[in-house]
Amino acid sequence: MPGVSQSWRRSPDRSKDNAEMIAFLSDIHANREALSACLGHADRAGAKRYVFLGDYVGYGADPAWCLRTLRARIADGAIAILGNHDQAIFQRGGGMSGRAAAAIAWTREQLSPDDAAFLQTLPLEYAEEDRLYVHADASAPEEWRYVFSAEEARRSLEATPARVTICGHVHVPRLFGLTATDKVSAFSPANGVPVPLAPARRWLAVMGSVGQPRDGDPSACYALLDPETAELRWMRVPYDVETAAAKIRRAGLPESLATRLFTGT
Amino acid sequence: MAHRHPRPGDTLDGFRLGAALHEGGMSSIFEAIHPDHTYPLLVKLPRLDVGDPSHIVSFEMEQMILPRLTGPHVPRFVAAAGFEAPQPFLAMERIPGPSLLPRLRELPLPLDEVAAIGAKVALALAAIHRQRVSHLDVKPANILFRPTPDGLRGDAVLVDFGLSHHGHLPDLIEEEFHLPHGTAPYMAPEQALGQRNEPRSDLFALGVLLYQFATGVLPFGEPLLLSHVRRRLWRDPVPPRRLRPDCPPWLQETILRCLEVEPERRHPTAAQLAFDLRNPEAVRLTPRATKLRRDNWLKVLERRVNRDRSPRHGRPAATAHASPIIAVAVDLREQTPPLAEALRSSVSNLLRTLPGARVACLNVLLSGALNSDAALDEAGRSARIQRQAELRHWAAPLKLEEGRITFHVLEGSNAADALLDYAVSNGVDHVVMGARAHSLLRSMLGSVSGEVAAKAPCSVTVVRTREQAA
Repeated sequence: MPGVSQSWRRSPDRSKDNAEMIAFLSDIHANREALSACLGHADRAGAKRYVFLGDYVGYGADPAWCLRTLRARIADGAIAILGNHDQAIFQRGGGMSGRAAAAIAWTREQLSPDDAAFLQTLPLEYAEEDRLYVHADASAPEEWRYVFSAEEARRSLEATPARVTICGHVHVPRLFGLTATDKVSAFSPANGVPVPLAPARRWLAVMGSVGQPRDGDPSACYALLDPETAELRWMRVPYDVETAAAKIRRAGLPESLATRLFTGT
Repeated sequence: MAHRHPRPGDTLDGFRLGAALHEGGMSSIFEAIHPDHTYPLLVKLPRLDVGDPSHIVSFEMEQMILPRLTGPHVPRFVAAAGFEAPQPFLAMERIPGPSLLPRLRELPLPLDEVAAIGAKVALALAAIHRQRVSHLDVKPANILFRPTPDGLRGDAVLVDFGLSHHGHLPDLIEEEFHLPHGTAPYMAPEQALGQRNEPRSDLFALGVLLYQFATGVLPFGEPLLLSHVRRRLWRDPVPPRRLRPDCPPWLQETILRCLEVEPERRHPTAAQLAFDLRNPEAVRLTPRATKLRRDNWLKVLERRVNRDRSPRHGRPAATAHASPIIAVAVDLREQTPPLAEALRSSVSNLLRTLPGARVACLNVLLSGALNSDAALDEAGRSARIQRQAELRHWAAPLKLEEGRITFHVLEGSNAADALLDYAVSNGVDHVVMGARAHSLLRSMLGSVSGEVAAKAPCSVTVVRTREQAA
């Protein structure tokens, strides 16, 4: 992995600046206000490439706008993979809960056949260099299993050769590390603090959620990776929660989908 | 693995290795030069032929933490290569001069020197603690001093962050090893139980060092077994004054407070410890100050039986932010009663939200008003005493208990410089001061508060009354 060994080497005179900063956005859930806030933030922070980790729709009131934005970014070179809510748009009968199922039924009516066809083209996973992008547990991406615990992280890490796995799905930012001596560590990243993904171990980074955070912090969450230094930063971005919630109510979606945005739960 | 360990004369990523400064079982340290860097450098190389993973993790940890630390109290990070490179290394600024290690031959040291060393090291600890790093291996070999042009000892510099903990980064040591890591004689009791996120563990280690420098002996000996290290959880050390009768009560108080088993009973911050070591008169004395014997066996037994010896992993209480040192500059001559009152209520409001805060009341006696003449020296002394009394009078309505408030008459030719010097050398977190009363005066003499606000290394609140502004 020549790219990686270079990346860990750090020196203040970083003359060659060829590795471009990558923004990772997961679990947007049709929240237009949160998505625009994160994209604006990432653009200003210097992100040059974008990776979207699934669940563009479901729960929120702006699925069509979010997909339009996503497709424009893909046209500019962004990578996007499939999430379980996206799959539910074109594949009936998944194990969705009441609220989620209600939101999916509503979302289907908002989307064009073209949007649904687009979602169907998205891959379950995407690998580049030593990194793997996947929505949920990489050991069986189509089963949409959550990665909450260190043992669940181990199952995912042991199933693939990737040094760094980046996923979403649980809506809670977390970093798991697999050490050379086969121990798994868990770490809750702090807002904006770069965490080095040391090359001597393997990592599974769980993004927070852009559109429906569930870790008690209502601000939108995405992450920035500097491939040059192999440092990953989880960013928290405040956004107009009132408007996003009001639209959910106006759309007649379940009330709890609006209220949870205020508390980040 | 056929790997040749680098030798003097080798070049590594542009760093030309010079003399070996240290050749240990875990790593070697070489002097180095690099065409891009003008200041002295050293390169640290982990040994690759050692089976024990702990030095590898510790090297990774230092590689992670050092680049994130800034300021005069740490060596400047220069470059690094990790274990994926053919030869991992860490290049940093070399601090010339010896560590405190050779001083062990001269123990015990004069007590004022013990306090001065302690204050410098405590300020260095405060600087890294503010950056969320606990060193966790404070000992003589890891403390150096920046040379100053006049040859006097400058700022303390902490080295070797291989066992350190960063509050915002994954702790590789904690996840890799279940046994505590550190240096046995200096290790805090909570560290011996496996807790790695307590900055006040460094205050304990510094307390051990001060005890050792003052008395010539280690307070807890040199245990070889972890179970023996844990004895410090219940067995208190022989009070320093028993070994060193001229150790003043305030210094014993300070050292024994560092050595408290519960971190909550130590100084809340390293800056507050530095403050005590620089201001002996400010130390509030407790029975610790004068005791000459260790606790009796009944008390020790009770501690031993009641102790919860399970490993701790909880977050330490966020005391650091609630325990700042607040310096209030009180200008007794120019301040109108409403401004003096406004200043007092500002301080009082701050104290309400910061239960651990300490207040240093400052007044500057301009040296133009003094003279070296012996007769006038007497006048100078009484001027200082008078000002002290005035400061106390100003502060009386705050009703702060002894130990939380101190009074200092500074001297200097320029009020702003004197205040700034004080703020820097005492690790002040917040300066509160009044604006100069008359705008005419301000335009003639310049604004002291403006200058302090612009140059202070901390927050500055400038208090002005509405009447004054009008």
